[in-house]
Amino acid sequence: MMYRIHMKVFLYHLLAIVLGILAIVPFLWMISTSLKSGGALLVVPIEWFPKEPTIQAYQKLFALTGMLRSIGNSLVVTAGAVLVALFSSSMAAFAFAKIRFKGSGFLFMLFIASMMLPSHVLFIPLYLIMNDLHLVDTLFALILPYTFKAFAVFMLRQQMVNISDAYLDAAAIDGASLFRSFITVFLPLCKTALATLAIIIAMDAWNDYLLPLVLMTSPKNYTLPIILNALSGQFKTAYDLLMAGSLISVVPLLVIYIGAQRYFASGLQIGGVKG
Amino acid sequence: MWHGLLGHASGGLMSIQGRRGIRVALPYLLPSLLGALLFAILPIIISLLLSVTNWSGMSRIRLTDGFLKFVAEHFVGLENTKAILADSEFWRALSHNLYFVVLYLPLMLVLSMICALIINAPNRGANVYRVVYYLPVLTSWVAGSLIWKWLLSPVYGPINNFLAIIGIEGPLWLQSEVWAMPSIVLASIWKDMGFYAMILLGGLKSINTEYYEAARIDGASKAQMFARITLPLLSSVLFYVSMLSMINAFQLFPQVMVMTKDGNAGPNGATMVMVERIYKYAFRYGKMGYAAAYSWILFVIIMAFTYIQKRGEKRWVNYDV
Repeated sequence: MMYRIHMKVFLYHLLAIVLGILAIVPFLWMISTSLKSGGALLVVPIEWFPKEPTIQAYQKLFALTGMLRSIGNSLVVTAGAVLVALFSSSMAAFAFAKIRFKGSGFLFMLFIASMMLPSHVLFIPLYLIMNDLHLVDTLFALILPYTFKAFAVFMLRQQMVNISDAYLDAAAIDGASLFRSFITVFLPLCKTALATLAIIIAMDAWNDYLLPLVLMTSPKNYTLPIILNALSGQFKTAYDLLMAGSLISVVPLLVIYIGAQRYFASGLQIGGVKG
Repeated sequence: MWHGLLGHASGGLMSIQGRRGIRVALPYLLPSLLGALLFAILPIIISLLLSVTNWSGMSRIRLTDGFLKFVAEHFVGLENTKAILADSEFWRALSHNLYFVVLYLPLMLVLSMICALIINAPNRGANVYRVVYYLPVLTSWVAGSLIWKWLLSPVYGPINNFLAIIGIEGPLWLQSEVWAMPSIVLASIWKDMGFYAMILLGGLKSINTEYYEAARIDGASKAQMFARITLPLLSSVLFYVSMLSMINAFQLFPQVMVMTKDGNAGPNGATMVMVERIYKYAFRYGKMGYAAAYSWILFVIIMAFTYIQKRGEKRWVNYDV
């Protein structure tokens, strides 16, 4: 009996580790390659541990014009997207959850329905709209669309509906305005949902490809994925450089993700709804 | 208790009055509504209008300056749609999308299910596996594609090196017309597995443990429990995951753009897919009207497939819980 239990645990971990290796090996290969220099890339059989590890690739990468700037651009866009999305979505969610108005249900349904809209239909007209707003090739063009995030409104509304009206009543007695109770009571009570959303939106904004590809026309406004994309065309075989760049683009999210594990454990299952 | 009641009775009326009507709601809704108008509703209208014009990128247009007149002057009706459907290239791109779905969907469902079961197990280490399986999801598609391109490098990549050790001569992967699409599938499964595993995990966690207790008392085996309890109770989540992943699969784009950049959409167009075509028609060849029509055709295709799946739902999804 004892033996069978051990066998089961062993098989469990064996399967789990095999899948884990499949998930992680590409990252190890990326790290390993980024620490090689020119000739070491083209060695057969391949070296998982570079014989002479070097940070040359990183030095070359940061010497490229626009690299640092693209990191800055990505940071600005990501921060802007998170702020804008949380601000507008939590306000709308509050209105749907706690203010009674005609057409509320219908409007909310429209919001939900809009989640079905595929981005491939939107990007051509979005280019035209941004062009008319004189925002093409500015970082604003990448931030502003985050004012409308239906899944964030949906998620926050679910949270706020469950918060008792008594809070609002109490605040009203104290003479606090509706807006103040929204800020001081409702937002803090939705902390977990807000944090989860912040991470999901940061992921979206940091990793986005299609929109910046279409909207950022000059290299000085490239975000990290777009400059990587451009570099991969320019230095087709300089994989030390490309892997160093990829690593830099992955690390910030890894740090945030592992740091925010507690929120993620519960939050991502709600996040799965976003599609 | 007293305080709560009082608060409700006296303040309730007052505050409810203050929480009624569109006038109160509007300021809160405004940012989202403006966003919806500018970045969802207006784009749909513009895209529909563009799809019936022969607008090419050569002629500059402004939405605020005679857009409707422009549309009227360049109106071609359903010509774009007809031209697309008559073009064998469209059918080829569609068949590549379908090929991707056929390879990707079953493998992805099985693997993400296994991952979810592993994470959900009460064993020690399950939390570590949860973090590990999710790492690829955090990676951008550009970085992920570059990594996979290098992993799949026929001579210098680890995959073919590994295959050589066990005596198999690996294919040319992305440079081979036959293997280019399976390569993209591999990378996509690596990237998406953790995402769908998390959704399935949510489903697993919501299954009442009493069912398993009861089954255990009745002497059911693990396999029986999985087949008779887990799968039926998870069927609605599995259905949701397969629908979501199919919708996403039809829109596959960045991995194709980055991984098969060298050729024009892969060796001999082997990875030419629909969104890639839409992007290229719009921003490489400047055929905006044509591209807009193309995007709506894809939309209809996705809707049709979703509808078919939805009709099959009743047959195999169990909602009696």
